[in-house]
Amino acid sequence: MTIPEIDPAARAGYAAHPPRMGFFTDTSICIGCKACEVACKEWNAVPEDGLLLTGMSYDNTGGLGASTWRHVAFIEQPAGGLLPPAPDDDVPADGGGVRWLMSSDVCKHCSDAACLDVCPTGALMRTEFGTVVVQDDVCNGCGYCVSACPFGVIGRRESDGGAHKCTLCYDRIGDGLTPACAKACPTQSIQFGPLDELRERAQARVGELRDSGRAEARLYAEDPSDGIAGAGAFFLLLDEPEVYGLPPDPVATTRDLPQMWRHVATAAAVLAFGAAAACLRGGRRPT
Amino acid sequence: MNARRRDGARPGAEEPVVPRADPRSYYGRPVIKEPAWGSPEVPGYLFLGGLAGASSALAACAQLTGNRELARAAKAGAAGAIGLSLAALVKDLGRPQRFVNMLRVFKVTSPMSVGSWILSGYAPAAGAAAASAVTGRLPRAGAAATAAAGLLGLGVATYTAALVADTAVPAWHEGYREMPYLFAGSAASAAGGLGMLAVRPENAGEAVRFAVLGAATELTAKSLLLRRLGETAETYQTGRSGPLMEAAEVLTAAGLAGAVLAGRSRAALMLSGAALLAASALTRFGVFEAGRASARDPKYTVRPQRERLDARARQMTGGRVPG
Repeated sequence: MTIPEIDPAARAGYAAHPPRMGFFTDTSICIGCKACEVACKEWNAVPEDGLLLTGMSYDNTGGLGASTWRHVAFIEQPAGGLLPPAPDDDVPADGGGVRWLMSSDVCKHCSDAACLDVCPTGALMRTEFGTVVVQDDVCNGCGYCVSACPFGVIGRRESDGGAHKCTLCYDRIGDGLTPACAKACPTQSIQFGPLDELRERAQARVGELRDSGRAEARLYAEDPSDGIAGAGAFFLLLDEPEVYGLPPDPVATTRDLPQMWRHVATAAAVLAFGAAAACLRGGRRPT
Repeated sequence: MNARRRDGARPGAEEPVVPRADPRSYYGRPVIKEPAWGSPEVPGYLFLGGLAGASSALAACAQLTGNRELARAAKAGAAGAIGLSLAALVKDLGRPQRFVNMLRVFKVTSPMSVGSWILSGYAPAAGAAAASAVTGRLPRAGAAATAAAGLLGLGVATYTAALVADTAVPAWHEGYREMPYLFAGSAASAAGGLGMLAVRPENAGEAVRFAVLGAATELTAKSLLLRRLGETAETYQTGRSGPLMEAAEVLTAAGLAGAVLAGRSRAALMLSGAALLAASALTRFGVFEAGRASARDPKYTVRPQRERLDARARQMTGGRVPG
């Protein structure tokens, strides 16, 4: 079952490169302070993304996009939300109460990154840290990456027409600094470091939670055998991914591309055959 | 938000067959982004690119059979359609002045990159073929351009299926096996339709046969596509896409019947040709809108993935449903 893990930086052509860096976001200790959102905006000079009240608990950010590179989700659940519903829905099994789920979402920096694969200009590139960044001076705003991302992370910005997303603070980690969001996180819900270390830490943490009776604790997007070959930024969740707005089993669309090309080639041959058949029966005419 | 969860069914209780509840989501918000591509630019391009590519293939064949009237009409149609296509594609970019960055690299992992390179060979060839046919100058160069455009046109008419399917958009991606045939059929139907519209009945034979083959392929591929998509097929049958796809189907069927029965009636041929052209355009707009709708509603993203996970879990537990 073990699949040899992809080294994205080596695959991209970096002969010698630093260890792969990433985020482990432990949502079980997120307090929903949004310091990550603010720090990200400040450091990366990301423009305003709308000043609206959404009515979605304390989340007035909405979701990731061109001008939102960290997004804190707020989910209010009946405290017994993980138990089967009571026979009578009006009387909660646990006598009431609410449990809060808070989670800071970010670009996953996938090992198999569909956005990078489909980018026709080469604006999206893999860094020596194994992360995925957009080169703003190359991007021509074709929008292909927007439709390719299985997480709905990357967006096209109205004001400048280009695609934008989290860079995992490429300009900071190159200087040995911690990305702005992780630096600002007061509870270490967002942890930054070499991916190997983060995975070990995450395994220990999920084990600890399960041992203490939190059977619903699970890791998300850390598995190198999943549809994106594992993410550079992965999560510890306390419910199913879709509850947080995450796809439960994301697959990089480009995994099916060889098959797509095969069908395209066959269809082109069918079209050629059709044209030939249409004309053959016509035969040659005098003029 | 979460109180919708109803999977703790009582064992043994007799339950009526009820529609599956919508999967859980984050306040009903989409999981993936709605395509950034605009309408009418992108669906318009899907139609015009198909029309151009298939017209070039038809022109090359008509040239071989010596049907100059049809060859000339198809070449002119191809050149006009590809010119409009390029304008639409550049206009849809967020930064149109950087369109030439498309030719900065070649990436087989990006259908848009592959398409840009095909178009950069095809468009000049189609233009040269049309210019030569209309002016009557440089017939040899014109013939070479006709052959090149005919060959590259096959790619232009079909690569767009990979372009839309190579995304996370459920209504497009899940149909990647059928979409190329749907697009090829729709392109042939449109190109045949244009020929039927443009030339005299005695020279329309090739166009009629091409249109008939195309329309039949389109109808077949479309029904296979919808069957493949399961519940996501809704996005082609309701909302903005529903009426477009329905009208396309009616017009294709009418155009197909007309093409077969028109005989030497110029009016009937023209009417059928126009119906097929319109049907092809409507199909592309319908496909585009279905993609948008499937991206907007998280259930089309979540449910197939959840079912995949559950199936995998069942396999691992030897057929038992876990939990």
